[in-house]
Amino acid sequence: MIHRGLRALSLCFLLHAYMGDSWKCAILPDWLQNLRLYLSMTCALKITNLHKTYKNGFVALRGIDLYVEQGDFFALLGPNGAGKSTAIGIITSLINKSDGRVSVYGYDIDTHFAEAKSCIGVLPQEFNFNVWEPIEEILVNQAGYYGIERRDAYRRAEHRLRQLGLWEKRHEIASNLSGGMKRRMMIARALMHNPKLLILDEPTAGVDIENRRTMWNFLTQLNRQGATIILTTHYLEEVENLCRNVAIIDEGRVIEHTGTKALINRLGSETFVLDLEKKVTEPPCLDCHAVRVIDGSTLEVDIDKGVGISDLFDNLNHMGIKVLSMRNKTNRLEQLFMQLVDDRRQP
Amino acid sequence: MNISEQWIAFKTIVIKEFLRFIRIWKQTVLPPMITTGLYFIIFGNLIGERIGEMEGYRYVDFIAPGLILMTVITQSYANTVASFFQAKFQRHIEELMVSPTPDYIIIFGYAGGGITRGIIVGLAVTTVSMFFAQLGIHDLAVLVSIVVLTATLFSLAGIINGVYAKTFDDISIIPTFILTPLTYLGGIFYSISLLPEFWQNVSLANPILYMINAFRYGFIGITDIGLWVSYGIILAFIAVLYGYAMYLVKTGHGIRS
Repeated sequence: MIHRGLRALSLCFLLHAYMGDSWKCAILPDWLQNLRLYLSMTCALKITNLHKTYKNGFVALRGIDLYVEQGDFFALLGPNGAGKSTAIGIITSLINKSDGRVSVYGYDIDTHFAEAKSCIGVLPQEFNFNVWEPIEEILVNQAGYYGIERRDAYRRAEHRLRQLGLWEKRHEIASNLSGGMKRRMMIARALMHNPKLLILDEPTAGVDIENRRTMWNFLTQLNRQGATIILTTHYLEEVENLCRNVAIIDEGRVIEHTGTKALINRLGSETFVLDLEKKVTEPPCLDCHAVRVIDGSTLEVDIDKGVGISDLFDNLNHMGIKVLSMRNKTNRLEQLFMQLVDDRRQP
Repeated sequence: MNISEQWIAFKTIVIKEFLRFIRIWKQTVLPPMITTGLYFIIFGNLIGERIGEMEGYRYVDFIAPGLILMTVITQSYANTVASFFQAKFQRHIEELMVSPTPDYIIIFGYAGGGITRGIIVGLAVTTVSMFFAQLGIHDLAVLVSIVVLTATLFSLAGIINGVYAKTFDDISIIPTFILTPLTYLGGIFYSISLLPEFWQNVSLANPILYMINAFRYGFIGITDIGLWVSYGIILAFIAVLYGYAMYLVKTGHGIRS
């Protein structure tokens, strides 16, 4: 019995070594394959030991591991050239990986590429559409590439264009649209096949504040409806407002992979800017707080984590200093991001 | 993707390609009609009347099939090379690459676009030919099959050129320096039986010669080369070019990093 079990195990090992995952599809019964798929379904994206070295020798990814749960709003952060776009390029099949595995909703991108790709909608960083085509046609064609009938594609295009405020522009060629409209059109295009996983590579880059907020609301709504969203951005307030989990990539490695709140809680101290009613000449003496005078009627106060800010206001009140308003000096996540990246780069 | 979804993806690419070249018909359909008209006026009427008959046919009737097929060749090639390169240049090839559309459907789709343009412009040029030449049909099946196969062959060649092209210059080098000379030397304006034996043998290395002769057979029933040899050569070229195009797209040459 043991002998037989060992033989079966070694056969599995050999098959795995030579054929990767494909042998399981050939040998396992349907119900077992479905069970296996169901168990891996809780994970929208799983990246294991992903490596990428370009032909010129540049190493973009040095074995990253990532896990994004279904329904998550996930941020992928990192400085320019950290490897974010390379990772997205590999997930979406625009870049060939050097090593590692990627699975989307349980589908391996190598062995089940069509199923994996059907789950993904992507908004790339740069404009990648035919600028001479009318935008409705761009959307309808995109649906066609996913096997959606033309009549149905026109209905979906109308729905998405109305949702994103572009319906009136449907006959315009794409080059006539403003930068913000082009971004919205690309979001509409990414959603034509109702993907379960939406990957947005800097969706709000170059978009004005009003449009950015509209886009945030739209994305939040999509996420509430069940779509998993992966977002890369350089606007960290966007991450703080939208994302539940975050990973930071630097020099091709994941240096942080945690919840957004947990990450922010790690911040040792915060700097607040206080606008005062009357000018002060010297910084008021406050226990536990470092205070700096900026321009007489503005103070900068460092407050350590765990220290209540109500004491600060009481003390200032006693000194006859009235505070008109208060704000964070920098975005909290931005502060942390810089700390993490700087710590890593210091020798 | 199941078969019906693949069929939809294929149709989408062909429709997109059709709309692309029809939208710019002044650049794609009109110029070949004018050029062919000029060929007929100069070579057919002005010079052709002095030449007399070729293989027992009026010179203008003899050159008409070659001129039509030349248009099919250049247009099907131009469509795929320009479209594929433009898709790479503007990066909208990524729309296809991120989708589940299989590689062979991408090739079939682009080739389908090239064949469509070749046939439509070919029909437009045939209409112009009718003002100058007396075109009878000797064998419709040969005519149709040779046009479709020739357009397929050059559409595939255009895709390969499009994959390799890095600049706009790269998409005009092959049509200018290879395709045009081979077409002119492929027996459009003469029968190879007029050539000395050595040059007859050299001409046999030109694949376009086989296509033009087979096509001429479809119209007037004469050919310098056996029909089945022509079919064999064309099909062999299609198989090789398709295999190579598949290899390039599958490995992502010039498309994926």
